Amino acid sequence: MLEPRALRRFAITLWESIWPPGLALALGLIAGAAIVAAIGENPLVVLPMIFEPGLASVDGFARVLYDATPLIFTGLAVAYAFRAGLFNIGGEGQLYMGAFCAAAVALALPGMPRFLALPLAVGAAAAGGAIWGSIPGYLKARFGVHEVINTIMMNFLAVGLTGYMVDRFLKEPEQMIPHTRVIAESYHLIPFAKGPLGAWLGLDRANPLGASLILALLAALVVHLVFKRGVEGYRLGAVGLSPDAARYAGISVRSVTLRAMAVSGALAGLAGVHEVLLYRHRFLDNFSSGLGFLGIAVALMGKNHPGGIVFSALLFGFLNTGALEIDIFTEVPRELVMVLQALIILFVVSITELAGRRRRRRVAERRGQA
Amino acid sequence: MTPRVRLEGLSRSFPGVKAVRDVTLEFEPGRLYALVGENGAGKTTLMRLLYGMLRPDGGRILLDDEPVRLRSSQDALAAGLGMVHQHFMLVDTLTVAENLVLGVEPGSPLRLDHEAAREAVREASKRFAIEIDPDLPAGELSVGQAQMVEILKVLHRGAEFLIFDEPTGVLSPQEAAFLFDMLRRLTGEGKTVVLITHKLDEVLALADTVDVMRRGAHVGRLEGDQADAARLARMMVGREVLLRVDRGGAERPVPGAPLLQVRGLELERRGGRRPLHGLEFEIREREILGLAGVEGNGQRELAALLTGLERPDGGEILLGGEPVGDLDPKQARRLGIRHVPEDRQKSGLVLAMNLRENLILGEEDDPAIVTAGFHSATRIDALARRRIESIDLRMADPGQAAAELSGGNQQKLILARELAAEPRLLVAAQPTRGVDVGAIEAIHRELLAMRDRGLGMLLISSELGELLSLSDRVAVIYKGRIVAIFDADAVDEEELGLWMTGAKGSGDA
Repeated sequence: MLEPRALRRFAITLWESIWPPGLALALGLIAGAAIVAAIGENPLVVLPMIFEPGLASVDGFARVLYDATPLIFTGLAVAYAFRAGLFNIGGEGQLYMGAFCAAAVALALPGMPRFLALPLAVGAAAAGGAIWGSIPGYLKARFGVHEVINTIMMNFLAVGLTGYMVDRFLKEPEQMIPHTRVIAESYHLIPFAKGPLGAWLGLDRANPLGASLILALLAALVVHLVFKRGVEGYRLGAVGLSPDAARYAGISVRSVTLRAMAVSGALAGLAGVHEVLLYRHRFLDNFSSGLGFLGIAVALMGKNHPGGIVFSALLFGFLNTGALEIDIFTEVPRELVMVLQALIILFVVSITELAGRRRRRRVAERRGQA
Repeated sequence: MTPRVRLEGLSRSFPGVKAVRDVTLEFEPGRLYALVGENGAGKTTLMRLLYGMLRPDGGRILLDDEPVRLRSSQDALAAGLGMVHQHFMLVDTLTVAENLVLGVEPGSPLRLDHEAAREAVREASKRFAIEIDPDLPAGELSVGQAQMVEILKVLHRGAEFLIFDEPTGVLSPQEAAFLFDMLRRLTGEGKTVVLITHKLDEVLALADTVDVMRRGAHVGRLEGDQADAARLARMMVGREVLLRVDRGGAERPVPGAPLLQVRGLELERRGGRRPLHGLEFEIREREILGLAGVEGNGQRELAALLTGLERPDGGEILLGGEPVGDLDPKQARRLGIRHVPEDRQKSGLVLAMNLRENLILGEEDDPAIVTAGFHSATRIDALARRRIESIDLRMADPGQAAAELSGGNQQKLILARELAAEPRLLVAAQPTRGVDVGAIEAIHRELLAMRDRGLGMLLISSELGELLSLSDRVAVIYKGRIVAIFDADAVDEEELGLWMTGAKGSGDA
């Protein structure tokens, strides 16, 4: 397997997937520095502040990981659908449905022993997202309706529907806040900080990081294996790269499309595990501040590769954690971090496009332009 | 008037390839030049240099002894150089007249002078005795007509030196003959015509001068009367080439039992159009049935029905005496029906995937390479290497993208994949279109070898020479119906051409 040719190709592929996002990050930070300078603050003080809390201590880094966890799920969701050439813009809605279903199951079956409760809630989160992803998937497969429009619309429906369900059936009595009751203990994920691992790592007692991260990394690993070796991953790729060739080869483009959207939705729904089982222990109406949408950026930055997605989710985790720091210690508004995110995404998109064009031209030329 | 064009030591490299190396050539006005060579020999690159689409790394271009720098096709057109592309560049929704003047519109910027545009079409039609309605949308033109409009467009821009890139690939013999008349008329008017092609019979019939390119270099120039097919093929490939594979002659295997029977096949489209209407034929085991026809007479639809891509609206398909029932591509493969699709880049391969991945397309769930839903890398690699060897693609690396292969090698890759399962029936559409001479020979041999092992084949090709040399029998399809079936030894291209265009036969227009 370790032929020099194969090794060389691997090195080239690796390099070509690393430099565009790397360059984009650098350019984004430079542009951000210019903005900070324009506000009248010193960029050399402010920009390091973004990364400082995450790098200064194990506890800080654990908080970054905590922020990154849901983004790994929503990023994977986008990448999974994209593999089949589909743009799932509905991660936000699928995340709501996942979180809601997890909470609903936990509230409906409070007496479950722990070893049943956790799988049940995780399964419910995946199922909720999967159903919400399958609907636009079915419409695409059966009628050719474009999934972008439908997934966007499904987001509004999910927020509205879960809000209504909470308000009408599950709201905590005599409370103004539109959230459900707290779910039973047996459904809670315990933060690492409260266990022996936390003590060993020296985490602060309040550190929220928990097992949802392990689930996220596991999901990334499975998606990676499916992409790389799975028969299903092969079919996703064939349909995504050339639906015609897939159809001619007897692959059902319709069922692959449907399955891709279902799995993509399930991945986004799993982010609900983090939100409900670890963080809030209840479903809060309107809780997500665009985690599903940010997943698109995470997948883009990670070049739709599960490993890349973990790293880019980490980067976005740093930015989120750093936002707080900037807000507290400088005159720069925390929205600077959002500007930075936007700048990085813009640079990623344009640099990836340019790099792709360059590569295509090179391939065309190598063929001898006959 | 028409400039004398001289290329001096022209070179152009791309990363890793010298596409054109040190080419010196001169083109005199009023002559018809043919530029031949295998795919990748540099013909098209050379002409793109001349047409300003690419810039040379070295050498220069002289028009009437004046060196010129052509930075774009606009520069080239201004200098009287024009190119008719292989793929038509017409806007389907605009009329013929609007297409003709596109880029040089008469009238003011705010108002197109439609009458002037129409007049330009009429004038050109008269000059070349072509009947074209100036108000017809370009999308409704036949292929032959579209090409005429393309030529008129170039002439309308004042081109005196015309380059034609593979102009006859999609034309019927009659349309091609008409085109050749037109080329003659152009040279008669003192214009220069350069024909890029790899069809040697056209070259021999038409060209005053033949230039041969091989691996980017100009390897020789022959006057038309000194050229013959064998000599040109040798110059193109650099070795002896069998132009016609012997399909077996006296030792030809005797066809076996009926394999495929097609009865009264119907296909209806919205609006009542019937691409296939009462189509019938039969293929035996160990037999190649050639299908001749002008493009768009139902060949594509027939291939789609036989391979399960579409379902018929009526009629029957029997394989080995059994009705195939509701066929889908997966089911068709299971029954032993394989397909070499017409558009290999779009439908036959996933260009962005590597050779290994392409070789398992359609068999990705074969238990031989799958364990519990996951592929075994080593087993796939072994399988890929075996198949790559079987088709003599020694240069290829299983990990390289299919897009990087030449057209001929891409086709060999598809054949290796489709024939590995020893199918019963092969539907091969245009198996050698755009493939270079050396690879054509290999592909023909492979197809004949499979036939000898018992395969039945429907060979759909617009190359009548190929049909006649490979097929045991040749059927002609016209307006969705088989109008004639001949023994391949008992018919010639002329006869086929008459049936293909409806000049002979039912002619129910």
